[in-house]
Amino acid sequence: MTRVILDPTAERSVAERARLARPSSLEGLTVGLLDISKPRGNVFLDRIEQRLVGIGAHVKRYAKPTFAKPAPVDLRHEIATECQVVIEALAD
Amino acid sequence: MTGPAPLPDGLVVVVKRECETCKMVVPVLGQLAAATTALAVYTQDDPEFPGDPAAVHDADLSISWHHDIETVPTLIRVEGGVETQRTVGWSRAAWEALSGVDALGVDLPEMRPGCGSMSVDPDRVDALRVRFGATALRSRRIELAELEDEFEIMFQRGWSDGLPVIPPTEQRVMAMLDGTGRDPSEVVAVVPPDLVEVTVEKIAIAAVMAGCLPEYLPWVITAIEAVCNDEFNMHGVLATTMPVGPVIICSGPGTRAIGMNSGVNALGQGNRANSTIGRALQLVIRNVGGGRPGEVDRGTHGNPGKLSFCFAENDVDSPIGTLAASRGIPDGVDALTVFAGEGPRCVVDQLSREPESLAASLAANLRTVHHPKLAMAFDAVVVIGPEHARVFAEAHWDRDRIIAEVDQRLQIPGAEMVRGAGGIAEGLPEAFADHTIPKFRPGGLMLAYAGGGAGLFSAIIAGWVNGNLGSTPVTRIVEYSST
Repeated sequence: MTRVILDPTAERSVAERARLARPSSLEGLTVGLLDISKPRGNVFLDRIEQRLVGIGAHVKRYAKPTFAKPAPVDLRHEIATECQVVIEALAD
Repeated sequence: MTGPAPLPDGLVVVVKRECETCKMVVPVLGQLAAATTALAVYTQDDPEFPGDPAAVHDADLSISWHHDIETVPTLIRVEGGVETQRTVGWSRAAWEALSGVDALGVDLPEMRPGCGSMSVDPDRVDALRVRFGATALRSRRIELAELEDEFEIMFQRGWSDGLPVIPPTEQRVMAMLDGTGRDPSEVVAVVPPDLVEVTVEKIAIAAVMAGCLPEYLPWVITAIEAVCNDEFNMHGVLATTMPVGPVIICSGPGTRAIGMNSGVNALGQGNRANSTIGRALQLVIRNVGGGRPGEVDRGTHGNPGKLSFCFAENDVDSPIGTLAASRGIPDGVDALTVFAGEGPRCVVDQLSREPESLAASLAANLRTVHHPKLAMAFDAVVVIGPEHARVFAEAHWDRDRIIAEVDQRLQIPGAEMVRGAGGIAEGLPEAFADHTIPKFRPGGLMLAYAGGGAGLFSAIIAGWVNGNLGSTPVTRIVEYSST
């Protein structure tokens, strides 16, 4: 069941939390690769994965159910919990 | 969102199968159906009930909700789309009068009470309130992920004062708003430090988070009105390095109605209303106003009362009246006073049986407010405990007399107060050396009455910089609906 709460703030900033600062190196970090599910996005991401592993990063792959909608909140939470960095791939 | 649907003209009956009275009146419904074509029966639970006559299933209870059905059966007469008469339960006389049909249910008892409508079932009412009313709420909705802990998320987003807060769901906020007659969109105040308008709805959200019951909400709203103005100067109270926060002193019969504590441990923990009303105020300052420790809140030490410092005066037993009354509030009227104060400190005097001695004790302790060599700049509230108050009452000293006698004992030779005197650099400028210095400005010493029956103690709550430079106490009547 979807749980919804009401924003207690003045809503002067976006509801999403701020991004973390970019890391200076990806070595040893877990990088999530989010396929937005457009054709051949996987080709691009396969190559990115090779390159990332080559510089010492761990890679986890994710995919949105459809490119036409924002990533579901559960998927966003899963990525945020498991990764320090995320790369979202758009291919067409 | 389902809007209110109008009732058809003629006779309308709302029933449910689970109700014995509804089952009993089924033959009556048949009589009505035979007597008029303009009969509409709504059933809340079983769509097959009563069968003859056939009923419309009020499956989502929107008819029942929007037409305030509290009892089944309810018989309503509608003319031109407008309800003109209503009767609840079964009463032959009432049903005959309303319907204009004679000899209804002659085999039935004269009357029989109905049952509760499903639309007021405590297990359903919160959800119905959201279904039919929540679109009135304007706050941004934030969706939680399935695996997110709803309590941890409140910390992670920075919305907590350090203790767990209750997640403000639509259901909880709608229920909270039942505590006031004020419109959720009404702007109550402009909240520092970001100077943001706060609505009744945002205050209700904070009240949910703080753990308030709906009946506390008018007090929270009034507290926010009382602090968010130039006089009280919530911005300065927040930003100062001194350890002060808004102290809320509540008065009137409403304090008892909502179960506030004015007795044993009145200034302490353990009472829901005391603990959450002040907390809700501070959560509004934090989340709506943007006032957070380490940012605009620059308190050097702060004090635990900045979580919530709220208590009630014991106006029933007080021999000295109430602080509220001394500030112009009529007896029997609910009101609160906000004071920019630090944590309370205890005055122990277990031996004074004469009022002069006790006044001198209080004066000696009050001399040290913030520093024994500083004066006039800080107000103080003395919360007199019942055993101390009795000493004054037995000598027939009233509030004004107590204050005057204490003030009289706080007329201090300037030579003791100036910088360097007593080997202490802190103090007043040398120019005051030849003057007599009152510790408190006129009106700067205030009295409240609260505490448990045992203990020859009083409590001093010292204030922040007073007057135009700082904060002036504000007293406001609690408003239960829009003015």
